Amino acid sequence: MDFSFSQDERMIRDMVRDFADGVLRPQVQEWERRGEFPLELIPRLAEAGLLGMSIPEAYEGSNLRTPSYCLAIEELARVSASAAVTVSVTNSVCGYPISRFGTASQKDKYLKRLARGQILGGFCLTEPGAGSDAAGIVTGYRRAAGKFILNGLKSWVTNAKIGSLFIVMATRDRRERGAGISAFLVESSFPGFSFGRLEDKLGLRSSATGEVRLDDCEVPVENLLGEEGKGLAIALHCLTVGRVGIASQAIGIAREAFEVARKYARERMAFGRPIASFQGIQFQLADMATEIDAARWLTLRAASMRDRGIIDFSKESSMAKLFASEMANRVTYRAIQIHGAYGYSKEYPVERYFRDARVTTIYEGSSEIQRLVIARQLLAETRSNAAD
Amino acid sequence: MELVVCIKQVPDTETRIKIAADGKSIDITGINWVVSPYDENALEEALRIRETKGEGGVAVMTLGPERAASALRSCLALGADRAVHLQDPALEGSDSLGTARALAAAIRRSRFDLVLVGQQGVGTDNSQVGPMLAELLDIPHVNVVTKLEIANGKIRAHRQIEGAVEVVECPLPAVVTAQKGLNEPRYASLKGIMAAKKKPLERLGLQDLGLDAADVGAAGARNRWTRLELPPARQAGKILDGEPEESTAELVRLLRDEAKVI
Ligand SMILES: Cc1cc2nc3c(=O)[nH]c(=O)nc-3n(C[C@H](O)[C@H](O)[C@H](O)COP(=O)(O)OP(=O)(O)OC[C@H]3O[C@@H](n4cnc5c(N)ncnc54)[C@H](O)[C@@H]3O)c2cc1C
Repeated sequence: MDFSFSQDERMIRDMVRDFADGVLRPQVQEWERRGEFPLELIPRLAEAGLLGMSIPEAYEGSNLRTPSYCLAIEELARVSASAAVTVSVTNSVCGYPISRFGTASQKDKYLKRLARGQILGGFCLTEPGAGSDAAGIVTGYRRAAGKFILNGLKSWVTNAKIGSLFIVMATRDRRERGAGISAFLVESSFPGFSFGRLEDKLGLRSSATGEVRLDDCEVPVENLLGEEGKGLAIALHCLTVGRVGIASQAIGIAREAFEVARKYARERMAFGRPIASFQGIQFQLADMATEIDAARWLTLRAASMRDRGIIDFSKESSMAKLFASEMANRVTYRAIQIHGAYGYSKEYPVERYFRDARVTTIYEGSSEIQRLVIARQLLAETRSNAAD
Repeated sequence: MELVVCIKQVPDTETRIKIAADGKSIDITGINWVVSPYDENALEEALRIRETKGEGGVAVMTLGPERAASALRSCLALGADRAVHLQDPALEGSDSLGTARALAAAIRRSRFDLVLVGQQGVGTDNSQVGPMLAELLDIPHVNVVTKLEIANGKIRAHRQIEGAVEVVECPLPAVVTAQKGLNEPRYASLKGIMAAKKKPLERLGLQDLGLDAADVGAAGARNRWTRLELPPARQAGKILDGEPEESTAELVRLLRDEAKVI
């Protein structure tokens, strides 16, 4: 077994690192302070190919292998967790499902525009009354004269207001639970579509999250994604892939928090010595680095399983997401601890890493839901068959 | 228009340099290798020329060990059309002249109109290969260029000189060495990285180049590194406390008696 990156993976990582340091870093502080998604960033992301990572080359994407995709998200998150989630959502729960489940004409219609950044995508599963219990959504649809008519309210939609293409999950009859749910490609220009309010969040301040309202929203029949009744399966499949992206986001945040903490520990003097000379600080740095590495290889394992064609890697994907997101919270907590009062100040960046890390244990399946997924598989298996 | 860009793979400019056990080379363990920054300007200029002319090709060349292939690949990812890697045990240890000889031999193998190189290679900072190349190819060169225009088989190159800008014209083919500020190098893209995999990367050895082993590599080197030393570590600064009158007097005393500068 050889835990090393390929030439491609290295090049992709270095390229995204240069992009993040060159394009995002000079402005990230200001974007976060403003609390709005910087629209001027979209063409830059598209030029770099970051919006087409899960789109085939025939549609102007770069169709990256999953470990490379993870490294790209990680490098973005090191500098801006907000940019990373925007990119992750556009790729894993919009570009990817269309590439995988879309009809030829759906692909022709949307994929190039997504890859070019002419449209930004989103994913609408969560509702005010249904988050973890995805099969419990109440947004409904019915067929009428060559159209689907959708009604309901979607909440916590990443890329709300800035996106113009959303994959919306709706049910024909809520009593059917999962089996009644279908997925639709809904453009923000369709009659009956509108955006509600944006959330005022703890972290990811420059990522837009908000409501999508569907009031007799008219969706052409050809915009059904996949088969009718398969919407929840599509959503859950995409989230399995998305989770390695969110794990990578958590790792990126943690890496940056670790870097600034190490630097600070070397420079900050107390009792006449750099605090890095105290074993109590050294042990914290050692634990942080160890956990980051563990999370990273757990994530890359899940990613490589997907590329090896292992159909069900949901246990490994959930393990990666669970561990990486909890890890990022511990690491950013410690990064603040090492900074002392300065860590609590907005003058230093660590307080942001702490706030940004928080959401990673919640979205794309909370830690509790990841544990449910893992446990369900463990109990169905006769013996542990991790990784092969 | 056929463009050739010669690049060098160098340690990342943020590397903390350590001297190797032999005392005359740097310790390369853990070094992150990059394309020398001035060479990035040279490549960017070549790509822009090709894009504005809408024709021609950009070949990128390097002399270096196996690992230098990754520098060529990143140039292909940025948009160069083909790459040439000069690699041969006999080329190892080349000084500037040996490097220029090998590159000149490789450049002569095909038609070319303009050769672009960085004005210096970060790290060794000799600024020699560009002018030597021009001599060996027997064509004009302009170095440390900050702006380049091309028309009617001629170039107009701008150079920053003390207090003014010097504008030099010369016919093609020519060698131009790029200064920072010539342009703003682009970022690579994922599509570029994917496309690079399908582009040709040719390897040439001593025989392909028709060179004599005595003229290149360590054997042909006119200069040798005998010893490397790190610059003296900077002393910690001293902060003088107290009232301005007292601390100023103390400062003057220290400058006179300790630093001996006044
Ligand atoms: C910034 C941000 C962006 C988001 N972007 C999107 C998006 O683009 N699209 C989208 O559809 N959604 C999005 N979400 C929503 C997100 O996926 C949900 O918040 C998440 O699925 C959790 O649902 P909930 O908030 O309704 O929590 P609930 O489901 O109400 O859960 C509340 C608590 O109960 C726990 N819990 C629930 N069920 C169980 C159980 N069976 N056993 C044990 N514990 C349980 C949960 O773990 C949690 O701790 C986003 C959320 C945020 C914060």
